[in-house]
Amino acid sequence: MKPFADLLERLLYSPGRLAKIALLRDYFATTPDPDRGYALAAMAGALRFPGAKAATLRKLAADRTDPTLFALSYDFVGDLAETIALIWPGSAAFQPPSLPEIVDTLAGTKRDDVPVLLADWLDRSDPSTRIALIKLLTGGLRVGASLRLAKTAIAEIAALGADDIEEIWHGLEAPYLPLFNWIEGRTPRPDPASAPVFRPVMLAHPLEARDIATLDWSAYRAEYKYDGIRIQLVSTPGGTRLYSRTADDISASFPDIMANMKAHAVLDGELLVARHGVIAPFNDLQQRLNRKKPSAKLQQQYPVCIRLYDILFDGTEDVRALPFDTRRTRLEAWYATHTPPAMDLSPQIPFTAEADLAALRSTARTDGIEGLMLKRGDSAYLPGRPRAAWWKWKRDPLTLDCVLMYAQRGHGRRSSFYSDYTFGVWDNETLTPIGKAYSGYTDDELTTLDQWIRAHTTARFGPVREVEKHIVLEIAFDAAQISPRHKSGIALRFPRILRIRTDKPAHEADTIATARSLVGLEAKQDQGTLSPETPARR
Amino acid sequence: MPPHPETWLRVRPAGLYCEPGDFYIDPLRPVERAIITHAHADHARPGHNRVLASAETLAIMRARMGVERAGTSQQPLAQGETLTINDVAIQLIPAGHVLGSCQIVMDFQGSRAIVSGDYKRRADPTCSAFMPLPCDVFVTEATFGLPVFRHPNATDEIAKLLASLKLFPERTHVVGCYALGKTQRLIALLRQAGYDQPIYLHGALQKLCALYENFGIPLGDLRPATIAVRAELRGALVLAPPSAIADRWARRLDDPVTAAASGWMRIRQRAKSGGIELPLIISDHADWDELCTTIIDMQAPEIWITHGNEEALIHQATLMGRRARALRLIGYGEDDAA
Ligand SMILES: [Zn+2]
Ligand SMILES: [Zn+2]
Repeated sequence: MKPFADLLERLLYSPGRLAKIALLRDYFATTPDPDRGYALAAMAGALRFPGAKAATLRKLAADRTDPTLFALSYDFVGDLAETIALIWPGSAAFQPPSLPEIVDTLAGTKRDDVPVLLADWLDRSDPSTRIALIKLLTGGLRVGASLRLAKTAIAEIAALGADDIEEIWHGLEAPYLPLFNWIEGRTPRPDPASAPVFRPVMLAHPLEARDIATLDWSAYRAEYKYDGIRIQLVSTPGGTRLYSRTADDISASFPDIMANMKAHAVLDGELLVARHGVIAPFNDLQQRLNRKKPSAKLQQQYPVCIRLYDILFDGTEDVRALPFDTRRTRLEAWYATHTPPAMDLSPQIPFTAEADLAALRSTARTDGIEGLMLKRGDSAYLPGRPRAAWWKWKRDPLTLDCVLMYAQRGHGRRSSFYSDYTFGVWDNETLTPIGKAYSGYTDDELTTLDQWIRAHTTARFGPVREVEKHIVLEIAFDAAQISPRHKSGIALRFPRILRIRTDKPAHEADTIATARSLVGLEAKQDQGTLSPETPARR
Repeated sequence: MPPHPETWLRVRPAGLYCEPGDFYIDPLRPVERAIITHAHADHARPGHNRVLASAETLAIMRARMGVERAGTSQQPLAQGETLTINDVAIQLIPAGHVLGSCQIVMDFQGSRAIVSGDYKRRADPTCSAFMPLPCDVFVTEATFGLPVFRHPNATDEIAKLLASLKLFPERTHVVGCYALGKTQRLIALLRQAGYDQPIYLHGALQKLCALYENFGIPLGDLRPATIAVRAELRGALVLAPPSAIADRWARRLDDPVTAAASGWMRIRQRAKSGGIELPLIISDHADWDELCTTIIDMQAPEIWITHGNEEALIHQATLMGRRARALRLIGYGEDDAA
């Protein structure tokens, strides 16, 4: 547990992505099995310890410390787990429990015996191990790095990419021995066989002015770009799963989709709320996201469907190496055969010249469509963003995907909520704040954000909370201007939250370079219906 | 019956004052006669008339504030020697805090008070070890006077720094450390751990390192950390004052790992809000266990606390059967980054 605790501590303090990967890689390369596997499981949130509660620990600490000294210490430190870890007298010789010891022992311990066990572990540990232990056992473990980053680091050991791990991930279990055996070259890659694993998705580049000039339009097929969330629907003899494009298993939230998927395939598409063929605004879809068990009423009120645009496995056959045009034919055939309810095909838009598309793009104003997708007819389905294979041509240039950095309580009606947000974009490895927004979200979104912020605070500065860098906010604004007064050098005019990009990992948020490229552009008058609310103060 | 120290040692606006001796200890404003425990800026202030201290403390004061401001007349007092001022016998004994740091022992008509100044009990290759001596009143600091402060072994923290240098061989490691004491101790600990590479110093740290070397404390290959040698600084260790870590100076380095060596690094929030990537818990102050041990070692029935987290230590001293009170001296502990 000590090496894992040390890793967590360094991750906590390291802002840079590359530094985090280096730390993770060093840990996974030098830590033996099964310790590192359980560490990975802890990072994946796959370890549960129902017998250990915060109250148990509080009582243990109270039994061993003077109440006045404890109160003064807690007041100074501000974090209960940290206070307990630091004030714990720690009498025994330094011999912290290993992660496997913790997992195995707790699994075989009766609830009543847990406190004695915990006390012994705390006695044998140093403060940083104690903090990690307490947070791990009480479910408050916050790793300063995403699971994706851990996968990236592990893959690097074998000079691979995180996607190589994603492809088998959902077929693996803690402590992931087959994974590490493969990474270290002792065994071939684990075969997910018939397990319904996630397959890394293919992503598009944003189409920019310089690309437009050189594009060979005839090589591309056009589709609408939908304003839903990208999903992957997997059905194999081993089961059916619905994944977000970040490989989160979201099956439980969409029983209506799961019930309809009878035939085997791996499909790529957009999850949308649609009523009688009309796509509802993104807000409607938001009502269905993050609901673990949606009621029948909710399912009826917000009916979801999948607009299919690609096929990765036809039955059990991997068709990813086939060109896009061929896959499209296979997709159409598969759809014609099975025609599952609440699924349809993303129509291809006929065009003959660039001008047709430009016109289409600028008139595409319906809800649920945010621009066009251009896909090369001869492109294989490859993970990541292969150059010049897929392009996204967004309608509204004046939005940025930013990462939530700080939150502050609002005023008046919102005074009990963390409703004022500071967000940033990437400047190399770190986030630079680029603006503040007080509006644009629904009450439900506000409640969700507020709860998330309270649970993921990493620092407090008076009324301001710094949060884990995890939430991506799509920010709309009227203009971006050069501003030496701002740290980022850019000021956004009337920034407001367009939506919470639950589908996007923080490291894929926009960069300062992208933000700078928007300076001087003005949003067109007809853009969006959101009238910017004048900030309440300043 | 000997007079209780509270009858002859009092708190005045200028600081702790010994009435029969007519002198102040670490006065906070200019006075006629001052005895200085150690040369940190919050204890050794400029502009006194007569100054008594260890030879090392006087030398550091001259180096830092210039000869004129370090006292109109300076009088060194060696260890083992006693100086009597108006019936008060004064000795200086080591406090283990920084080079030259001393506790002030005062004997007056059979009653003894000892003022610790700042101190620690851990081994430090750059200064003499704290010496306990029985007394009637022990005047202690309490910078880390909470049971959450138990400093780890400094050697383990140094190992952390060396491991990070190995893990990030391309990145400059900048450690924020106070110019007097922390810097030299850090260097000495690194040398003890076998680190024989050049160590680069911010300009503000160079003078005192040279002074330590003149007092016979070898610090190895030290070089100025100027931006001219930026390429040379890749993968190297740079020491700088804490204030330089956050400002432009450090930002001119290539993708630096910012570290800080201080007892406050124990609290995650402190490290995090300071933007520190590698906190090193290395302190020149006594931690909670050392404070408690020292109370026992000094065998004093009464404890006075000059500055720090006094509330918890008063409570603890009371639990240990001592009388304890806070002197509430405002102005200490502001400047030495603990
Ligand atoms: Zn000091
Ligand atoms: Zn001090």
